[in-house]
Amino acid sequence: MAAANNRDYKTITEIRELREETLKKIGARLGRDNYDGAEIHLMVCGSTGCTSSGSGKLLEKLDELMERDGLSEKVAIVKTGCFGLCAEGPIIMVQPGNYMYTQVTPEDLDEIWECHIKGGSPVETLISQNESEFFSKQKRVALRNCGRINPECIDEYIAFDGYEALSMVLTEMEPEDVIDTIKKSGLRGRGGGGFPAGTKWEAAAKQECREKYICCNADEGDPGAFMDRSILEGDPHSVIEAMAIAGYAVGAHKGFIYIRAEYPIAVERLRTAIGQAREYGLLGKNILGRGFEFDIEIRLGAGAFVCGEGSALMISIEGNRGEPRPKPPRATEKGLFGKPTVLNNVETFANVPQIIVKGLDWYNSIGTEKSKGTKVFAVSGKINNTGLVEIPMGTTLREIIYDIGGGIPDGKKFKAAQTGGPSGGCIPAELIDTPIDYDSLTSLGSMMGSGGLIVMDESTCMVDIAKFFLEFTVDESCGKCPPCRIGTKRMLEIITRITEGKGTMEDLDELEELSEVIKRGALCGLGQSAPNPVLSTMKYFKDEYIAHVRDKKCPAGVCISMLRYIIEKESCKRCGICAKNCPVGAITGSKEEPYVIDQDKCIKCGVCMSKCPFKSIMKNA
Amino acid sequence: MGKVHVTIDGIQVYVPDDYTILEAAKEINIHIPTLCFLKDVSEIGCCRMCLVQIKGKKGLEAACVHPVYDGMEVRTHSPEIIKVRKKNMELILSNHPAICQSCTRSDSHCELQALANMLDVHFSNYKKYQETVNQNAAVDMDDGISIQRDPNRCVLCRRCISICNNIQTVGAISAINRGFNTIIGTAGNRGLDDTVCVSCGQCINVCPTGALQEHRDIDSVWDALYDEDKYVVVQTAPAVRAALGEEFGNPIGTDVTGKMVTALRMLGFDKVFDTNTGADLTIMEEGTELIDRIRGGGVLPLITSCSPGWVKFCEHNFPEMIPNLSTCKSPHEMLGAIIKSYYAEKNGIDPDKIVVVSVMPCTAKKFESQRPELAVDGRADVDFVVTTRELARMIKSIGIDFNAIADGKFDDPLGQSTGAGLIFGTTGGVMEAALRTVADIINGVSSDSIDYMEVRGLEDGIKVAEVKIADLNIRAAVAHGLGNARKLMERVKAGEHFDFIEIMACPGGCINGGGQPLQVSDVRNWVDFKEKRAKALYKGDREKFIRKSHNNPAIKKLYKEYLGMAGGMKAHKLLHTHYVNRKDD
Repeated sequence: MAAANNRDYKTITEIRELREETLKKIGARLGRDNYDGAEIHLMVCGSTGCTSSGSGKLLEKLDELMERDGLSEKVAIVKTGCFGLCAEGPIIMVQPGNYMYTQVTPEDLDEIWECHIKGGSPVETLISQNESEFFSKQKRVALRNCGRINPECIDEYIAFDGYEALSMVLTEMEPEDVIDTIKKSGLRGRGGGGFPAGTKWEAAAKQECREKYICCNADEGDPGAFMDRSILEGDPHSVIEAMAIAGYAVGAHKGFIYIRAEYPIAVERLRTAIGQAREYGLLGKNILGRGFEFDIEIRLGAGAFVCGEGSALMISIEGNRGEPRPKPPRATEKGLFGKPTVLNNVETFANVPQIIVKGLDWYNSIGTEKSKGTKVFAVSGKINNTGLVEIPMGTTLREIIYDIGGGIPDGKKFKAAQTGGPSGGCIPAELIDTPIDYDSLTSLGSMMGSGGLIVMDESTCMVDIAKFFLEFTVDESCGKCPPCRIGTKRMLEIITRITEGKGTMEDLDELEELSEVIKRGALCGLGQSAPNPVLSTMKYFKDEYIAHVRDKKCPAGVCISMLRYIIEKESCKRCGICAKNCPVGAITGSKEEPYVIDQDKCIKCGVCMSKCPFKSIMKNA
Repeated sequence: MGKVHVTIDGIQVYVPDDYTILEAAKEINIHIPTLCFLKDVSEIGCCRMCLVQIKGKKGLEAACVHPVYDGMEVRTHSPEIIKVRKKNMELILSNHPAICQSCTRSDSHCELQALANMLDVHFSNYKKYQETVNQNAAVDMDDGISIQRDPNRCVLCRRCISICNNIQTVGAISAINRGFNTIIGTAGNRGLDDTVCVSCGQCINVCPTGALQEHRDIDSVWDALYDEDKYVVVQTAPAVRAALGEEFGNPIGTDVTGKMVTALRMLGFDKVFDTNTGADLTIMEEGTELIDRIRGGGVLPLITSCSPGWVKFCEHNFPEMIPNLSTCKSPHEMLGAIIKSYYAEKNGIDPDKIVVVSVMPCTAKKFESQRPELAVDGRADVDFVVTTRELARMIKSIGIDFNAIADGKFDDPLGQSTGAGLIFGTTGGVMEAALRTVADIINGVSSDSIDYMEVRGLEDGIKVAEVKIADLNIRAAVAHGLGNARKLMERVKAGEHFDFIEIMACPGGCINGGGQPLQVSDVRNWVDFKEKRAKALYKGDREKFIRKSHNNPAIKKLYKEYLGMAGGMKAHKLLHTHYVNRKDD
């Protein structure tokens, strides 16, 4: 619908009418009896995860089937954002009825098409068994539209209360009211630090400066984390709307979204969404005809982890090498281009419109006393339901791992979970009933972080995990301050030595001392938190470190240098299969001589053990 | 600006509210250690040496950048602070090659060494890391015509980046790579000679370690001195005598002309001449050029070309201003050309056997002396350029007790000079010297008011003066530091009228050249060393009997016997040059 009467914006009334029209069009999707559009909606996940597992092919095939059978009136195909159960992609959900098909192959699709779409009877054998357990304990606020709407269609966003918050803010609220609402909501930054968003907005609003900026941090860089990507891919308008609201609240007219270039789908959808929002006058000079001006620019990051740090991010937007600078001044005083700036993360923004529309009472009812609302986690590692989950604050780790995550594969024992990525720490199995919120995680020596959650089972070596995160930090250190630049490198050298069985007890003291100096001395938050993975694994799994150092053993059997394959003389039948299969000729023996492995030559590939018909080869950790 | 009460280590201090903790502590004589900090140049808080504890704050804060506020309580030392500083220093040292015994900085100018001493760091605490130094940090040395960079010795304080990018606006270097592999490098990691670097050497002056120094020419000079077949002539720039004494423990601003001359003789130079004489010659040529351009409708403003750093900067950044550059060679090049022609002829010496060595406060002069367009008949005017620092090293290396030797005098005739030539060494000096001569030429009488105070001083980066000489109103400007030069050029391009502009590449002029004795940050932060050196030159000028270049008898004789007219054919061949557009380099 084009704007009428030479206006380049839609009025609030027009937006509300559009909402009703669209809701009617997609009524079938919502299980309504009264609808105009298609009667069946095939929701196909178009996020990065499912795209890489083949949802693009399914979409192509669906187009062919639609054309072949001429069902375009009856069936709507909707490319959506992430459903969350990424381990089982590609995912198709058929509406009405919430029928979720997972790991759909083109052949499965034929069957679904024939039986379910055309025939009306769901294919029970293909329907996901995990769907209800996966979703039942979740509460989707930031992810509310992911999997529910077509993110490339602004009308569908509008249908689900989209831009209603902005309408309310511009008509019914003064900027102070908005700030007051966000403050009272208790919304805390979802990017890592957990700083109260309302307080940040207030600080920027107080600055007397005509030029201010709203920045969105979409430089998600923790290994394995994809919360922000999924929100931007599945519901870009929620962030755009929130940034405009923030602009109104603090007196800014310009926003920047800093997003990594490795997120092409998210970037594309953001571009589309910004274009559509401008077309409707939801961004621009006279938003909703209320005289408020706000627009957004996208800036692509080159993928440096440090550019997720606030000051580095802004310096990068300014066109310089992304490196943190000391505070004060805070960004709310002197941020981007030296002007007062509010920087929030994607997920923080995604919560804002809902808080305005649904009200404080609703939001305050979710979560714990000091951590309100929900948190999105990207759950990965040794867990059955790898994927994206959103839980109310206060949910326990046990609920996430066993109820939502479907437990640990192969019946193995849960050992620990890492939260907060390379800046966080691990939570050991004995603390699995800890309710997850900002303060409890910090008190355990970990942190909320942006939401990466890596599950580890008994086959994980905690020293090796600490080394993994340290390698990451060493790689991603910007190099500006010596404690991080040289300190983390020295820590990595020590921990590498330990995993190679060359560590000493003094090394453990040195690790602790270096950690302390880096924590206290590094310039930015990322540097200061870099030793956390080492400190927390040393806190909860000191015995593993000691086993590596004193006994030269890796209890989990992960650290290869300490691993030994040994042939058990008693059960060995001297068949010689192991020697034939050894790729480096490390095994010698004959009918007469017992077979032995030359430990100096052995590369610990484990082929001998897998080939031995008599199970005579043992792995000795 | 208000003032605030701050308590530091229990001592109350009342300071302006725009002070940093570091400055406030300085007021009560507490010296907080710094490494990356250089006042007004580099204030980025990256080295983490100056960490202090502010009451009520969780972390430690960098005193060099943290502003004070009323009621602030600061602790500058505690077991934790000491531990963090010390360990931090040990980490830096763990990645620094222990080659101090052969490093030019270790002679009391290595700030890293001084700081390690101050923090009482022990080798035993970091020696366990030493084995990884070479394999991790072995990065190629870049030894260019003027400047030598050794990334292995660099501690990444980034002062060089700040001065190159923010003060000089040259932008030749920046941090490249990340984390432990970070080095200070150039675009595409090319050698400095292949970049927009103008060889001003300001990076060397601010470096706390031996990572940056001049390209070494001492050995070539020794070779020439010990070669029986060579006639080795040395000349010294005006600014050298105002700073050389610092290398031998004299206070900043001590004029050591006499001892310098004696020391040069003791080194074995056959003749010791004065670049000031070359400066007087430059004034004759440049003054004439100015009058010709003004009277003859030539390209204005005329811009001085004595500073080779500025000339290269102009060629890279403002090639459209090349026609404005004076075609005059710089003073030591002029003198070199005269030594190898006039002086050689007069004394019957084969010019090919003459080796001209220039002692300069400048690193860019090394580059300049190798510019092919400066050669006369394929023969370079100057063979080797050594810096003030290199001269000091040569003097020390043969055991001369510099402060005890008697004063000597420059050799005739090219050692006779004027006060005008002497003040060439500081900002505004070339302008003032030129105005003294131009005024007399135009007026036709000798003027007594010869102190042009409006073009003196270090306070302003750009100084503008309107000078009325007879019927002429000369609008003159002086800029020092290339950042200021850039601003001034933008003004010229925007249409502002000037007749004559003096530019020196280094902040303060040659007295703060890239080849001058080093002053550590502790001095640079709190003492105006440039002012003190400049004062020595102005004092010398006042005490000179002759203070105008055109009154120099040696210069008069030179024109009469050899050159003919200023700006004439012979002068042009020997004393003038042309420039290269380096826009696309």
